[in-house]
Amino acid sequence: MSLAHRIIPCLDTDGPRVVKGVHFAGLRDAGDPVALASRYNEEGADELVVLDVAASRDRRPTFLETIRRVAAELSIPLTAGGGIRTLEDGRAVVRAGADKVTINTAAVERPELISELSREFGAQAVVLAIDAKRNGNHWDVMVRGGRESANRDAIEWANRGVEMGAGEILLTSVDRDGTQAGFETELTAAISKAVSVPVIASGGAKLPEHFVQVFKEGAADAALAASIFHDGVQPIRALKEFLRTTGIEVRLPC
Amino acid sequence: MKVTIIDYGAGNVPSVERALRRLGAEAERTNSAETIASAEALLLPGVGHYAALVRALDEQQMREPLVGALERGVPFLGICLGLQVLFESSAESPKLHGLNLMPGKVCALPSTVKLPHMGWNQIASNGESRLLDGIDSSAYFYFAHSYAAPDSNGSTTATCFHGSRFAAVVENHNIYGVQFHPEKSGDSGFRLLGNFLRIAA
Repeated sequence: MSLAHRIIPCLDTDGPRVVKGVHFAGLRDAGDPVALASRYNEEGADELVVLDVAASRDRRPTFLETIRRVAAELSIPLTAGGGIRTLEDGRAVVRAGADKVTINTAAVERPELISELSREFGAQAVVLAIDAKRNGNHWDVMVRGGRESANRDAIEWANRGVEMGAGEILLTSVDRDGTQAGFETELTAAISKAVSVPVIASGGAKLPEHFVQVFKEGAADAALAASIFHDGVQPIRALKEFLRTTGIEVRLPC
Repeated sequence: MKVTIIDYGAGNVPSVERALRRLGAEAERTNSAETIASAEALLLPGVGHYAALVRALDEQQMREPLVGALERGVPFLGICLGLQVLFESSAESPKLHGLNLMPGKVCALPSTVKLPHMGWNQIASNGESRLLDGIDSSAYFYFAHSYAAPDSNGSTTATCFHGSRFAAVVENHNIYGVQFHPEKSGDSGFRLLGNFLRIAA
């Protein structure tokens, strides 16, 4: 009996639709967020993340409406983010039905945002998203969708974020994102060992073996992926059944 | 069956309400002392900081009618902080008083493990739980907390382990509490809420 490793599908939304190829390739339609959320809830996803990739002010009402409709389908936790810059933005997302709020660039620019959200909703509701890119023998924090370096060490920033009140780290390898070459286990292990909170690994997932690696070698508490789930290339239930055969503790719903 | 949900602003109120309605119960939200005093069944969801819950109960004069209802035998289910507040106090805000309906103090989970205890874990039942009736013993429930109630309080019917053993389910006559979030725990959580509705009916 111990905490199960979590499998988390991620819906990147632009307006009312889920899109793929966020960071590098051109955006491509991948379906209806509510239909996908409902499918993942049934298939045994442990949580769901919804990210507004456009994150423009005029699209905000559409995003909040998406959260409301997705939340209504779920009996698992929901994390939402993308463009959250203020406590007010966080409140709107929580009121719409998110259990956790994820923040990225805005937290790098103004770390107090982490403590403001943490005081209001509790550390368990604040997910600090870090996009990291290898630079020699360390990793740089990247901002604005992975395009710009924040000139900050990822391990140092993760520790600072936890001190400020983040209850979880969503760690994306910018080098691996979209490559389907597997998670960057070295980065994941470095962050996971450095911080006292759970770490969600993201970027590069394709094969079931990639998940085994990131849990066993990367010491990840959870793993996140998008397109392999949307495309049906990797059904969640089959993935979890495979992980269980390798001795990794997962929740298999009946 | 109408369940009165004590709404002090916790984020999980809508999902609890939705789950109850899906189970065929009527659900109303309240922060009014009168509504609590006349409730058929009470549910206290909670997430976030212990102090926010205790302060809301006191500032909105909900403590007295709530304790009164529980002492009269009104069925009650506390979720997460809603379980923790049943005890004497919590190390998260040591100066504040809990409802003191169960003996013991809520403590921080040990820092030898990752905190918050976040995600799906299994629980060990003593076989006498009414809330867990018909739920597979290997079922997982969703937890998100850093503080927990002692498992040795006489009312614990199931425990969980994360760095140390703690109370996952408490039951004493009409008073029920769960440390995990049944409203976020898929089918197992849904069944548990159904059991509470049957007990309360």
